[in-house]
Amino acid sequence: MSENYYDSIIIGGGAAGLTAGIYLARGKASVLILDTATIGGQMVLTHQIANYPGVEEVSGYQLSMIMRKQAESFGCTIKSNIQIKNLSLVDEIKKVELPDNSVFRSKTIILASGGRSRMLNISGEKKFKGHGISYCATCDGDFFQDKEIIVVGGGNSALEEAVSLTKYASKVTILHEFDYFQAFEHAVEEARSNPKIDFIMKSHLTEFIGNEKLEGVKYKNLSTGEINAKNIDGVFIFIGYEANTEMFRDSELKLNKWNEVPTNDMMETSIKGVYAAGDLRQKRVRQVTTAVADGTIAAVSALGYIYGG
Amino acid sequence: MVLPTNLKHIASASEHAEILKDHENVMVCCGRMGPMCLPVYDIMGELQDEYKHVEFRDMAFDNPEAGVIRNIPEAGSFMGLPFTIYYKNGKVVAATSSIQTKEQVKEILDREF
Ligand SMILES: Cc1cc2nc3c(=O)[nH]c(=O)nc-3n(C[C@H](O)[C@H](O)[C@H](O)COP(=O)(O)OP(=O)(O)OC[C@H]3O[C@@H](n4cnc5c(N)ncnc54)[C@H](O)[C@@H]3O)c2cc1C
Repeated sequence: MSENYYDSIIIGGGAAGLTAGIYLARGKASVLILDTATIGGQMVLTHQIANYPGVEEVSGYQLSMIMRKQAESFGCTIKSNIQIKNLSLVDEIKKVELPDNSVFRSKTIILASGGRSRMLNISGEKKFKGHGISYCATCDGDFFQDKEIIVVGGGNSALEEAVSLTKYASKVTILHEFDYFQAFEHAVEEARSNPKIDFIMKSHLTEFIGNEKLEGVKYKNLSTGEINAKNIDGVFIFIGYEANTEMFRDSELKLNKWNEVPTNDMMETSIKGVYAAGDLRQKRVRQVTTAVADGTIAAVSALGYIYGG
Repeated sequence: MVLPTNLKHIASASEHAEILKDHENVMVCCGRMGPMCLPVYDIMGELQDEYKHVEFRDMAFDNPEAGVIRNIPEAGSFMGLPFTIYYKNGKVVAATSSIQTKEQVKEILDREF
């Protein structure tokens, strides 16, 4: 076969994709891992991972670099920061085309493109990213010393980050779309008992306002429809997760109504020779441990298919 | 005080001045070892071979000498790490705040240098 042929191409180099690569390469399969961004995926976005068994405490970046090194040492070829132009999944030989028209073919494909933080997608969000809007409290919290901020969301991340931001901000308002939180009770308690935290419930942000930097927001009360404005220095957004499956949405691959990929226990998708692993799957628990487990199973299934076992 | 990345570093204000004097095209990413900064260092590392006419450097945001970046007027509205500054002949031609994609970085490099 040509040098652009692999036994398996893995789309996404996060915990799931790297693990699948390690198992496939150790099973003597030739493997190409393609990632649109930095290798490591969401692990890189995590300051400390304290619940990965066997490692007491490690930064997500370090853990991802170790996984990458392992995958490369077993023979995986890894390409990061590349875009994929076309993906054809249904034929027996799968095909991946890059913008420079190079084409990679493989017998199997493992989809491991994970997920990302959801954006609000409202007016001004792109403009004020880094100018008052942030998605990372540990990164940007200290820019908001003695300032007033809003935290959008009602899950564990939103409530925990709101509490941690009170170290810096003079006042934190949690703005949430429901009249209850979806977080653990202890996280809700901690936020409610913090004197610096206020709440705006049953509301949606509708617009970010400002010139050079963010100066205010508009928000809509979902019960009354009333729109209010509020002056604010910063907004941190923690509104959950979205699967990175845009690339497959017009393909023959079956997705569920949240655009996640359903699989069976062996990580097989609706298309023969195509497997899915990690956070893009339809599942409830999204952690490094579960991504790694999915990657392992997907690789073992793919090896069976490659070698006809 | 320098960052533990694979990039070349700037450790002081005088070194910063010298690099701007010695090189026509310079990109400096000033940040910490956090989730919004690491991808930008990674992208810079990957682009070094392709953009040999550009000098790629990082600088630790918490280095007191990084005031040469933190305090430039172009970063006046910045509230997200990293601060990434592009210099041509010693003058700031572009500046971004927070994480960027490879396409966004390349777009500026192609446009300005
Ligand atoms: C802030 C934060 C903190 C967390 N803390 C913890 C923790 O403490 N412990 C824990 O166990 N879990 C934690 N998690 C969850 C954990 O990081 C994820 O569940 C896990 O990393 C998912 O791995 P993955 O490989 O499935 O997906 P991802 O990590 O999302 O990786 C997917 C990769 O695919 C790439 N990609 C996306 N689209 C494409 C495409 N079209 N083509 C090619 N590549 C593509 C992405 O760039 C990415 O590198 C945290 C997550 C976040 C965001």
